[in-house]
Amino acid sequence: MADDTQGIRIEGLRKRYGSGDTAVDALKGVDMAVAPGEVVGLVGPSGSGKSTLLKCLGAVIEPTGGRMILGDHPIYDDGWRIRDLRALRRDKIGFVFQAPYLIPFLDVTDNVALLPMLAGRPNGESRERARELLAALDVEHRARAMPSQLSGGEQQRVAIARALVNRPPVILADEPTAPLDSERALGVIRILNRMARQYRTAVIVVTHDEKIIPTFRRIYHIRDGRTHEEAGEGRALD
Amino acid sequence: MISLAGRDILHAWGKFVFTGVGLGLLIGVTLSMAGIYRGMVDDAEVLLDNSGADLWAVQKDTLGPYAEPSTLADDLYRGILTLPGVARAANVTYLTMQVRPVAPNQAASNQTSDPAGDEAARERRAMIVGVVPGGFGEPGQPPFLVAGRHLTRGHYEAVADVTTGFRLGEQVRIRRNLYTIVGLTRRAVSSGGDPMVYIPLKDAQEAQFLKDNDAIIAQRRRTAANPVFNRPGQPEVLDAVLAAQTQSSSVNAILVRLEPGADADEVAADIRRWKHLTVYTRAEMNEILQAKLIATSARQIFMFLVILSVVSAAIVAFIIYTLTLGKIREIAVLKLIGTRNRTIAGMILQQAVGLGVIGFVVGKTVATLWAPIFPKYVLLLPGDAARGFLVVVIICVLASLVAIRAALRVDPAEAIGG
Repeated sequence: MADDTQGIRIEGLRKRYGSGDTAVDALKGVDMAVAPGEVVGLVGPSGSGKSTLLKCLGAVIEPTGGRMILGDHPIYDDGWRIRDLRALRRDKIGFVFQAPYLIPFLDVTDNVALLPMLAGRPNGESRERARELLAALDVEHRARAMPSQLSGGEQQRVAIARALVNRPPVILADEPTAPLDSERALGVIRILNRMARQYRTAVIVVTHDEKIIPTFRRIYHIRDGRTHEEAGEGRALD
Repeated sequence: MISLAGRDILHAWGKFVFTGVGLGLLIGVTLSMAGIYRGMVDDAEVLLDNSGADLWAVQKDTLGPYAEPSTLADDLYRGILTLPGVARAANVTYLTMQVRPVAPNQAASNQTSDPAGDEAARERRAMIVGVVPGGFGEPGQPPFLVAGRHLTRGHYEAVADVTTGFRLGEQVRIRRNLYTIVGLTRRAVSSGGDPMVYIPLKDAQEAQFLKDNDAIIAQRRRTAANPVFNRPGQPEVLDAVLAAQTQSSSVNAILVRLEPGADADEVAADIRRWKHLTVYTRAEMNEILQAKLIATSARQIFMFLVILSVVSAAIVAFIIYTLTLGKIREIAVLKLIGTRNRTIAGMILQQAVGLGVIGFVVGKTVATLWAPIFPKYVLLLPGDAARGFLVVVIICVLASLVAIRAALRVDPAEAIGG
């Protein structure tokens, strides 16, 4: 069970699109808690509210009600929210997408170092931090390469490094293994688990991928805007 | 912080350079149009400078000699010379016509048949200026020579501007007569940019005012048939009338140079009062040339400049907008990971300005390179280039606003699937 005082915790999260007769309740009271160093799966059919939940967690859209607590700090509480969502996304949340979406005109190091630079850290320190992560993810030999020169697996590892570089307490991974074959998909999950433990980061993986679902110890199923938790197989990755 | 715009430009430098070159050619045309206008103004200034005159005495109530026809008696200058404040006064005629070189074999036989080959190709439109030979330093004379000598003989010599392409010793045909090029000068042009060819005043008067032989014979016949002129026992009356008809004593203007310290307006007023002529000062003549003679052309060029500026702005806006649309996903990711709006706007703005700078450098370079090829004088002033650069930057900034607006409207949620 997740540690309630850290990681990310959401309680009774609701999201309504529109108003009046045309209103649609995409989230109807979602509860979820992910501890630091834990990787959980979030699965559900299309239209179940996965993307809406991810956007709420990613501070991209504002919930209609409920609570979201990141670490020890509430970021949303029934209509109240912290003011600077952009800084929150930059400093507290890491994103890994289905496609890596690396910036094509920056090399691998600067793709990773961009976030600390945006946060105001010196270029040298930012690049040093990027190189450490690239080494931890075994892509330091491609540090000067452009994204177009990387394989799909390498691009995804660089994207993970970018998500981790500001040491966020939570990483949101949106279908990170969808374009990869089984071996590479499991490799990505292995890396996410290792990084989660190493950096004490809570990781939420939104996925349809049957190959990786058995690897999670806990899985949140979402259907009709509500979640329910169940234990996963937690199949060994090593 | 790294320069996102700079990295993007370096990454896609080929696209930027080729786009910049295309824009640069357009800017080059725009700068050339401005240069053509400046050249016209400079030609007008040079025309007045080269005349060496402070005042222009012309036929009453005309804007002559450059903007309207003007005819004066060629002895009026003597009276003007006696007025206080006048240092020099000289007759001058101006006539714009086609001048062509003549091959030596044709010159020997003084043939007047149609030219062929090289001569026809080298035929030039020129302003024929009639000046008194041996009067170097007088108003109206060529200001300096780059080769040869000034006019010294009374007939059949010419000094030409180098842009005519005529060579020293070469013969050119002006109306019925052949003239030998004895001197070459530079930047002697009419307000229309035609190079000048200086010939002796008497020849110029003949070229401008005399009729052809058939017309003279017909006029003599008519005069002789008139009993008023052809009186029995008084043949000298008919001779005098015929002589008056066949000799030209008209010029287009009298150029007046003042003594040091003389007041141009006072001297001009004296000439108007005592000689019943219209007189223009340098400032007035400048106004006539610029406000009347080249005003329409200047407005035409200004319209071209406006249209080219609008087209340039539209092209820059389109290019920057297209480049931005091509990066929508990257912009969404940048926004999602916390990039400030002003960083993204700055990236687009820098790219637009960068494109403008590339375009301006290319434009200035090509305008400088192709300026000498233009048939008329193209004067590219550093001040115009600086103003042009400022306009290009302003256009690029304005053109980038559409793209910036599009980028700022990108929802960071677009980076998240679903």
